[in-house]
Amino acid sequence: MTITINGKETTIPDNPGRTIESLLEELDVSQRLYVTVELNGEILDRAAHETTPVAGGDVIEFLYFMGGGR
Amino acid sequence: MLTEEQIERYSRHIILKEVGGKGQQKLFDGKVLIIGAGGLGAPIALYLAAAGVGTIGIADADDVDLSNLQRQVIHFTPDVGKPKVESAREKMLAINPDLNVVTYKEWVTAANIMEMVGGYDFIIDGTDNFAAKFLINDACVLAGKPYSHGGILQFDGQTVTVDPGKSACYRCLFPEPPPKDAIPTCSQAGVIGVLPGVLGTIQATEAIKFLLGKGDLLTDRLLTYNALRMKFREVPLRRKTTCPVCGDTPTITGAKDELDALTVCDLEAH
Repeated sequence: MTITINGKETTIPDNPGRTIESLLEELDVSQRLYVTVELNGEILDRAAHETTPVAGGDVIEFLYFMGGGR
Repeated sequence: MLTEEQIERYSRHIILKEVGGKGQQKLFDGKVLIIGAGGLGAPIALYLAAAGVGTIGIADADDVDLSNLQRQVIHFTPDVGKPKVESAREKMLAINPDLNVVTYKEWVTAANIMEMVGGYDFIIDGTDNFAAKFLINDACVLAGKPYSHGGILQFDGQTVTVDPGKSACYRCLFPEPPPKDAIPTCSQAGVIGVLPGVLGTIQATEAIKFLLGKGDLLTDRLLTYNALRMKFREVPLRRKTTCPVCGDTPTITGAKDELDALTVCDLEAH
């Protein structure tokens, strides 16, 4: 199936059991434990990562901590 | 009233229909606080001074270090060892002697931030640690002060403008700081020197637009920038009703220090 991750169309194997949490693991997303996930325009609570399924056509944004400035 | 010399100085502004004499007067009457006189703070301070923002506060407890000069373009080699706010003030006044530059040689904390932001129209976060970034967000939301958030690391940067109560705040994106040492700082991971120039200039633009009351602020949109791929992206944001500071039932009702986010490393990195 195809999803959009940070603006890029990405094809991943079909897996009806996939959740946001397992997607983070599968893609080895950096800052995996702290990254904010926006799914179809809605920022998810971290607690929802484990229960939120990923479906074809989803638009997902990983938002990373950036603490620098000086 | 602008003097003849000021009309000459700001002539390229004044001929813009979005600015004009009235807009230039608004900038001169405007008060902007820059927190952090480093990579982001440097271009912000220089451009706001040049633009004629009449009162500019600048807060930083640090002294200029040789390793700052690769990106903190407001500080020069002879300034090494000098308080950053002093070095910054000298350059701002050299560009524009008409300004009122207010220096705070201190770190922002829960104890001083509310009073500090209270005297300004717009605040800019140019700090380099999560404790300060969350504190600034909370203080601005609680005080109802619009502000610009900026963050950089290596070749990446991101910025968003927060209009408290109206647009998504930093805690809508990130409810709490990452644990100590989870995310590297610029001093650990590096930063390409031109990066804060790009991000800081965008932040200064937001302050100027806010004072002028023109255009669309960078609200409800996170602008991300990658210098290596030379790509800008915009991520649409929405306020979260569960946000701990700007949500429907906030749990943060006063400025608080995020002690867990402060690390010795952060402190040394200043």
